[in-house]
Amino acid sequence: MGKDFSELTGMELDALREIGNIGAGNAATALAQMVQTKIDMSVPEVNILPFDEIPKLVGGADAPVCGLYFEVSGSIRGSILFMLPIERAGLLVDMILARPLGETDLNLGVELEFSVIMEVGNIISGTYLNALSHFTNMKLLTSVPALAIDMAGAILNGILAQVGAVFDDVLVLKTMFTREDRDIVGHFFMMPDSESLSTILQGLGVNC
Amino acid sequence: MEKIIQVGMAELKIANAPDKLLTAGLGSCIGICVCSPAQQFGVLAHIMLPSSVQSKKASNKAKFADTAVELILEEMNKKGVRTSRLVAKIAGGAQMFKCVGDSSIMNIGQRNALAVQEHLNRSGIRITAQDTGGNYGRTIIFDPKTADLRIRTIGHGERTI
Repeated sequence: MGKDFSELTGMELDALREIGNIGAGNAATALAQMVQTKIDMSVPEVNILPFDEIPKLVGGADAPVCGLYFEVSGSIRGSILFMLPIERAGLLVDMILARPLGETDLNLGVELEFSVIMEVGNIISGTYLNALSHFTNMKLLTSVPALAIDMAGAILNGILAQVGAVFDDVLVLKTMFTREDRDIVGHFFMMPDSESLSTILQGLGVNC
Repeated sequence: MEKIIQVGMAELKIANAPDKLLTAGLGSCIGICVCSPAQQFGVLAHIMLPSSVQSKKASNKAKFADTAVELILEEMNKKGVRTSRLVAKIAGGAQMFKCVGDSSIMNIGQRNALAVQEHLNRSGIRITAQDTGGNYGRTIIFDPKTADLRIRTIGHGERTI
């Protein structure tokens, strides 16, 4: 029987947060290579939350958000969701494109802006999984991102439906992007299936 | 004093008119609204999955189409409402993300809709209106007094069924 997120110890959470920070550091480097401006990234918090509390993190179940979904395969199976309120996603696009903050409106459906946000998602999920794979010697792959702009609850539904069939908690990595003195907070939700969580912890060597 | 009762994911709640029932952000989930117009009393269940059979954790009956319909019938029986008098309206069952592999998660909305229809039909509860499918989220408000179901979306209009 696999482990449930709610059974994780403080040390195991610390390990996952540390990996998050290493991944974020690498992601920031990758972003810096892609764009002219310097953007810092960090993972200040890692939490385990019951799935019905997730919509609160992004402004409620019917708040308009931008969500990017990835499927994880290889040594483990799972899903990754990167989600942030739509106006913050717009600010993130502004940061990347070195525009004045507030210029991008993702509601207008500009293809280039969607590509930017998808690329950011690719970089974050890729670097996080790279860091995880480095520490655990697992082979981890992600799918191409699927983008949705809609109500937070609606975006979560389908993904949580799959995860919720197995258990009720989700690993949340709060991710902060900083350009000059402006911060943008997004949330990164990691949902390995139940067997996979044990595999990860064994790989980390903290599951003793 | 009229209240709006919030129903969360995988929850079922009951309202007596003039109170209304609201569930926000339905994606692939389905809101099953059942009422007996004569009794001014209604139920809203926010289901997430088509079937409790394969689930390891099936203790929450409101999470699955099959057990939620059972639960609705139980509640209606408690109130002494005959099944033949019940009307149901359903909304949700969208496919929020496109083009990620061929995983079952992608058509879960459609499977939810089919399961809800099947279990309501089997229980003899009439579906008088539905608004399912598409690729967008829905927030719904159900009025047990009139059996009106108001549907709000982002960018796909507002309607009452």
